[in-house]
Amino acid sequence: MATQITPLASTIGGVLIGIAAVVLMLFKGRIAGISGIVGRLLPPYRDNDLIGAAAFILGLMAAPLGYTLATGKPVIQIVSGNVPLMVVAGLLVGIGTTYGGGCTSGHGVCGLSRLSPRSIVATAIFMAAAVVTVFVARHTLGG
Amino acid sequence: MLVLVNAIAGLLFGLGLVIGGMANPAKVLNFLDFAGSWDPSLAFVMAGAVAVTFIGYKLVFRQPQPLFAARFHLSEMKRIDSRLVLGAATFGVGWGLSGFCPGPAVTSLPLLAKGTLIFVPAMLAGMTLTRLTTTLGTSRRSNSAKGV
Repeated sequence: MATQITPLASTIGGVLIGIAAVVLMLFKGRIAGISGIVGRLLPPYRDNDLIGAAAFILGLMAAPLGYTLATGKPVIQIVSGNVPLMVVAGLLVGIGTTYGGGCTSGHGVCGLSRLSPRSIVATAIFMAAAVVTVFVARHTLGG
Repeated sequence: MLVLVNAIAGLLFGLGLVIGGMANPAKVLNFLDFAGSWDPSLAFVMAGAVAVTFIGYKLVFRQPQPLFAARFHLSEMKRIDSRLVLGAATFGVGWGLSGFCPGPAVTSLPLLAKGTLIFVPAMLAGMTLTRLTTTLGTSRRSNSAKGV
């Protein structure tokens, strides 16, 4: 199903994400990588700033409500309710981001901004893998 | 109340995801679908985020240390190893199946969509399993590196 192309809103959203990443580095010296921040809250616990990680996650989860309060509009999303698909996808995302040391934010936004060779390679690979997966699921399996 | 900085950064990040359309898996999947109903919007999210972060980091790294911490927590790892490649590929398949990467999935939790309530626990299980069964964290720590 087609979705509306939103260059302005998406650029504004990107700028906000960038500001958040810079704020976290300026004040706390941390990469705004969501898989890393979530991982710090899971065993084995090795990080000395669990409260900071928890506060960041709570801030993230406050965003839909904040958006609706500020704009009066609901957050529109279409999420697949296919149970086996979402279980497998969740496991792959959890395993892959932990094993590969980052996700769209850590490697994609923060790593690319640091011109980290590892992050550039990781971003190219997960983008390519995702594009191929969508192609196979939608255009060859007819999903 | 230094944690307030983390909470504000999280809120800004989440608002960016919501406003930018990344919290909608349908939009993410269309971005990844060049052969179908392609929606280029998320390229604007990435471009905006990387532009601001690239310039902002350059300014921040002129400081000897962060304002509220002893040091910058940056990975010193340089090697492109099989873990990086396999991990990124595995993540990409999961992202392409669901349209969710970790940030948008966690941000979407309070919206209580059925798929989100299934995806996030599975993701947390995958993360925990991997953290407990690999030496990734310890090897990184010995390199005095955390995060990415």
